[in-house]
This record gives sequence, structure tokens and C-alpha cells, in this order.
Amino acid sequence: MSKHSVYLDEEKCNGCTTCLRHCPTEACRIRDGKAVIISDRCIDCGECIRVCPNGARKAVTDTVDILKKYKYKVAIPSPTLISQFKTEFSINRILSALKSIGFDEVQEMAYGAEILGEAIKYELRNANVQKPLISTACPAVVRMIQVRFPELVNNLMTLDLPMEITARIVRKRLTEVVHMKDEDIGIIFITPCAAKTTTIHHYISWDNSKSSVDAAIAISDIYPDILHRLKCIKEEELQHSTSRGLQWAQSGGESSFISDKQIISVDGIHNVIDVLDEIEGGRLPELDFFEGMSCIGGCVGGCFTVENAYIAKKRIYDRARENINSKNDITDEMIRYYYESGFLDRYEEIKPMPEKPIHKDFKKAIKMMDDISKVEKALPGINCGSCGSPNCKAFAEDVVRGFAKEEDCIFVMREAIKNLRNNMDLSDKSCWLWKE
Amino acid sequence: MTNIYEMEYNVDNRDFVVAGDVSRIIKRTLQRIGVDPKIIRRIAIASYEAEMNIAIHSQGGKISAKIDSDKVVVCTQDYGPGIEDIALAMTEGWSTASAEIREMGFGAGMGLPNMKKCSDVFEIESIVPQGTKIKMTFWL
Repeated sequence: MSKHSVYLDEEKCNGCTTCLRHCPTEACRIRDGKAVIISDRCIDCGECIRVCPNGARKAVTDTVDILKKYKYKVAIPSPTLISQFKTEFSINRILSALKSIGFDEVQEMAYGAEILGEAIKYELRNANVQKPLISTACPAVVRMIQVRFPELVNNLMTLDLPMEITARIVRKRLTEVVHMKDEDIGIIFITPCAAKTTTIHHYISWDNSKSSVDAAIAISDIYPDILHRLKCIKEEELQHSTSRGLQWAQSGGESSFISDKQIISVDGIHNVIDVLDEIEGGRLPELDFFEGMSCIGGCVGGCFTVENAYIAKKRIYDRARENINSKNDITDEMIRYYYESGFLDRYEEIKPMPEKPIHKDFKKAIKMMDDISKVEKALPGINCGSCGSPNCKAFAEDVVRGFAKEEDCIFVMREAIKNLRNNMDLSDKSCWLWKE
Repeated sequence: MTNIYEMEYNVDNRDFVVAGDVSRIIKRTLQRIGVDPKIIRRIAIASYEAEMNIAIHSQGGKISAKIDSDKVVVCTQDYGPGIEDIALAMTEGWSTASAEIREMGFGAGMGLPNMKKCSDVFEIESIVPQGTKIKMTFWL
């Protein structure tokens, strides 16, 4: 069975149905008053974590204790981390505060992102690439495509995530130049979301990606530690990124590298589904590149962020404006070398993983679909979620597949009670309904 | 015993807010039954075009999809005005859509040719002014 980074704190869950109504893959159910996740369908997007009013939805991440496991500890902060702090603190100051928590080295994800952003240009010139090329930066979107849009898997970019590329560059340097042992190195991603944690820990069996990152600490978990250290920390020169890499924290940041092409950047998983539907339907034939982010605003809207996504975006904008002419050591030759040598490629191919049909026997599945529509006709169609399924259609399917009973619908139940009352012998004065 | 699942939906004319919903429901149903994703894609494209044709050009109509063990049949029927010259209407790029419709990004004259391209068997009959009937068969 697949494991997920998203999980439920049973004590806090009161079965309120909020997660049910927001889950983009209809993976949530309420059973016996508590939320459960249908594992095959969950893409770890973190939408339920964001919407849960009781804080019952959580995601497994690593704690700072993980640092004890390794001799040499490297932090790879997502550019989103920078956006969580006021611009009066320099990037060097924020990175120094992060390092002082117990890391030996800090290397920004933004650095790998800048290399990748330029490499996408080469990829778009590659004649073998199927258009539109689809970004793989958001793992939740990639999994959504595997499950719901298997026909678009061939359009997914074969270059890896910026966090992976940054980790690979660091690991290569440490093992080849400094001659460290691979197992002594701990590369820890400071993550804005659960989706990337899932990738790092291979939680989902069908997500076969291999990761160069060893662990993930949530931004929200490490934020207080950094905040406390910001005022008094001795600042080091740690920044290797420019404002361009920082842009990856928000929707459109990746696309900003390839502004001369037909691009679309979409944020929010429901919007992503709508636009993918258009692409699959062949209705955006002119498109060269699709960038989809599961969270609204992009990674700044991740479920492990502490700052409002729009405020975070404004800070990225302000920082970019201040550093408009900033430069780093990344050269065109370097990018070309990385791209052509295959250093940026994913280790494993992404495979389509269409969700399991209602029955493995096709003829039985057709019969079941007929049964489902019969059950659905008797339902009120108001999608209230009180039954524990996300909508009446999903409930009808759950009933036919034996995961729920028709009486779980309060409207069906009310009707049944009414019929029972009408069928009773009303002349029988002993009937309890007539006793006042 | 043969198992067939059939569904039917009404399509209102000029209701662009919901136009596209029927083909989305058909696509989703085929996914749940477990039809090959490649065939689903063709059916989804063809039924979307059919749905849009009803919404753009007709007085309204309906779409049905019948799923059998060896084929999926998508039928549409509208309430007029009908197509005068079907051969001309099947020509790529030919369209009667108004400037207003074209401004909305529709009416490129690719609807019927696209439906024919996506389906294995494409049948069309039309009577002016009663309406148009289309039957598209997809072998599984």
C-alpha cells in the first residue's frame, strides 16, 4: 500500500467534511465520523491540510533531530523561505541564521533553479520534445497528470526538479572534490509543501523518482528558529542565487526564463485540472510550455508556509527589484555542459498511472456504472457530503462498490422513515407515533 | 446478458458557462469504467466539438453516450436550424459562425472535420430547418 506524507490527527478530526469537498481527486471520505484517505487517489497536494478548520490534517516531515544522523549537513532552502521574512533582512542574513541552526553548509535551491530555467530553453529547441512541454517542478501536478491525464505523461519534461539538481551539484562537489563519503553527507530540503516531502521519501509506490535529497524539514517548523536568530546573527556571504532563481517560489517564475515562447502558467490545482483538460483536448495547439503549480500563488502558497501568499509574492517582487543586476558564477558553458551531459535528467522515467477503474473486468464495470446511475437517481443531488462521500455521484459509486450503504444518505433515510410511518396501521392506537 | 451503459444530457444553446461539462462527464465516466486512455482522448475531443456545435450553432439539443463491451457510440441531436450543404460543412475551415462567436475563439470551422477524424465511424444527417443528427462510433 502507498504511504503518504499527508495524514490525519484522529483526535482533532470531528468529521466536518471540509476536506471532502476540497480534495481535487476525491480521495477523502468520512467513515465512522473521521476522515480517511483513499491511498491510490491521494496526490499529496496538501489541499486538505490548508482547508482543515481543526488542524487535523498534517504531513510527516523530518525534525531538526535528523541532523544528528549525518556528519556533514547541507541545507537546501526553497526560495519560498526567503519570502517568509521581511525585506529588511538580507538574504545572506536569513541564510546565515538557517545555517547556525546546525548545518555545515547552505546552498539555495534557487541556484539549481537558475541552471534548470536556462536548460528548459535548450529542451524547447529539442525536436524530439512533445509540445507543449509540461513542467515537472510541482510533484503534485506531476502525480495528477499520471493519475488523471495519462495521455499527457509524454509531454512531461525529463529534466529533474530544481531541488534535486541543487542537491546533485552539492553531492558531486563534496564526493569528488572534497572526497567525502556519500553516506556522511546529509542533504536536507527546507520545504514549502508536503508534495515535495513525498518525492524525497518515495512515499508513493508509483512515484518511482529517486532523490538526491535525504530529508525534508517544513518551513513552518524551522521558521521560529530562524526568526529568533535573525537579529543577532553574524552575517556570512552565503547567497549564490540571483533574483531570477528567487522567482521560482511563485507561479510564473519558471516560465520567466522562456519569455520568447508561447507559455501558460497556472496556479491552484483546480485551475491546473481545467487547463490540462484543454491541453488533452487539443484545444491549445499553439502552446510551447505549461507551468502548473498545485498551490495558489505557486510555492509561496504551500501548506508549510507561515506568511500570506500575496505578501510573500510582494516581497519576492521587492527583492527582485533591489537586485535587478545581481550576477552569480553560472555561465552559459556550464549550463550547456550540464544539459548535454544528462546531469539534469531525471533518474527514472515518469510512467502513466491511471486510477483503477470501478472493476477490473470491463463488462462488469459497465454493469456497475449502470447500477451507480440508478443509485444516483434516488439521491437528492445536493452534494452535501453528510454521507461521508464528496458528492452524490461518488457516494453512488461507494454504495455499488460496497464501501457505503444507501442509508448513509440522510435524505434516503428520511424518505425511508416517512414510508415506514405511512405504511403503519394508523388505526392501531398502540403505535408509538400516536402516543403523545 | 449484454451490459450496456447509456447516458444522455441536454445542451442549451449559447450557454457558454456550462458548455464543455457534458463531454467532461462522458470522459470521467469512461475513465471510471476503465476505457483505454488513448480512446478516451479521442472520444473526449469529439464529444467536446459536438457539444460546442450544439451550443454555438443550434437551438439546443442533446448528447448521448452508449458504452458497450466492444464500442462507445456518441450521438447528438439538435433542434435546428439544420445544415444546408453537409459536404461544404465538412470542409476544414468552413464556418457559419458569427463574428461575435469567432471573437470568443470558436467557429474556426474545424468542429465537424475534427469529429470525423477522431471517430471510427462518423454518420451525419440533417434536415433544414428541423435539425442535425450525428452518430459517432469508437471501437474499443
